[in-house]
Amino acid sequence: MDKSNQLSYCRGFFTVLKRDVAIALRQRGDIFNPLLFFIMVITLFPLGIGPEPNTLARIAPGIIWVAALLSAMLSLERLFKADFNDGTLEQMLLSPQPLTILVLAKVLAHWILTGLPLVLISPLLALLLNLDHQAYLALVLTLLLGTPVLSLLGAIGVALTVGLNKGGVLLSLLILPLYIPILIFATSAIDAAGMSLPYDGQLAIIAAMLAGSLTMAPFAIGAALKVSTN
Amino acid sequence: MWKWLHPYASPEKAYQLSTTLFPWFAVLGFSLTLIGTIWGLMFAPTDYQQGDSYRIIFIHVPAASMSMSVYVGMAIASFIGMVWQLKLADWSAAAMAPVGAVMTFIALITGSFWGKPMWGAWWVWDARLTSELILLFLYLGVIALYASFEDKVVAARAAGILAIVGVINIPIIKYSVDWWNSLHQGSTIKITEKSAITNDMLYPLLMNIFGFGLLIGAIVIMRFKAEIIARSGMRPWVKTMALEGENK
Repeated sequence: MDKSNQLSYCRGFFTVLKRDVAIALRQRGDIFNPLLFFIMVITLFPLGIGPEPNTLARIAPGIIWVAALLSAMLSLERLFKADFNDGTLEQMLLSPQPLTILVLAKVLAHWILTGLPLVLISPLLALLLNLDHQAYLALVLTLLLGTPVLSLLGAIGVALTVGLNKGGVLLSLLILPLYIPILIFATSAIDAAGMSLPYDGQLAIIAAMLAGSLTMAPFAIGAALKVSTN
Repeated sequence: MWKWLHPYASPEKAYQLSTTLFPWFAVLGFSLTLIGTIWGLMFAPTDYQQGDSYRIIFIHVPAASMSMSVYVGMAIASFIGMVWQLKLADWSAAAMAPVGAVMTFIALITGSFWGKPMWGAWWVWDARLTSELILLFLYLGVIALYASFEDKVVAARAAGILAIVGVINIPIIKYSVDWWNSLHQGSTIKITEKSAITNDMLYPLLMNIFGFGLLIGAIVIMRFKAEIIARSGMRPWVKTMALEGENK
């Protein structure tokens, strides 16, 4: 191939990123449905448990994080599906760009579209659940560091099941166990913040998970996509 | 070494080797487990603190250590299958997964039998227990993923990737009692220093650990043989073997 025609890695990355964001912006349901689901799930808890403010404050970190995990699962399913069905994914595999870079761009697009809105709306939901105001910052920080990990780890599972028709239930079986450590550390950070204790240790561990999955997950996703498309 | 290993990459040779090895694993494993269990349950001294209920250790510890060893073995086999494209490695990983899942389940169940008299609860959300439960979920995920593909070559690749990703959980289980203030007691058997357990209890325990290992080896060999037959049923050597078996 002529050298001048070749895309740099950086341009390849941003082309895929822009494309995915543009597609999602044209079908706004893809952004709003997981977010609405997140809000709905959280609304159900006060109705089911009762509006006692202290109880709600006690369980708020867990509820918000579990709802975040579930809405991530819901939105992840479509990450590679359309591209797989219309053959775009195969073209990506064939392109001279390293698959890891393209995959990373897709995952980042997914996080911008589903993870980031969730982070932005979380203080509002914390208010509804009567969370301690000291814990707001911890909640936002854990979500900011944790939701990209959800997208990265989840993408491995989606890549493995994209060729299957009945991927949905299987996906949750594969991915939720891998999400458990993040859930544990995130909720313990928020709990600590609520009691005015230092929580930078838990944040550091979540950040380490982010660094680890950011560097290693794209390779696993790439390998899984190669398996799925055969 | 590669020259010596090479013939066993063929399913037929691997099948024959498994047939030769099986009785050794089965007999040794069964007798070690039998002696270790009887010794542990009936003759080993009573613990000064935990009384007789500590005796579940002779089942619990071997099962728990095997649940992790089998997972690592499965991940290594998947890795070999993925890198060197050895289908036999994939099949052996498929043979190991359900056995490991059962071991994990036994470890969890016996652990809760032990937890009831000692901690007063069947289950606590403790680091060691939770990470072992995650191990069970990982096993089930690998098995479900392997079962959901029609094409078993693709299935083995996909399940293998998941198995390799899940290895991250193994050091977490191993060191969970050191990293967190766990209700679960620390490890009593040490390889490099003196064990924190008296020899009268240590020997039957070690016997059971090795016995479980060999017994699992025997079960895996059996499942591996079945997998070989199932995947190469159209090959001439399988047909000849089946016909010979009929004529006997």
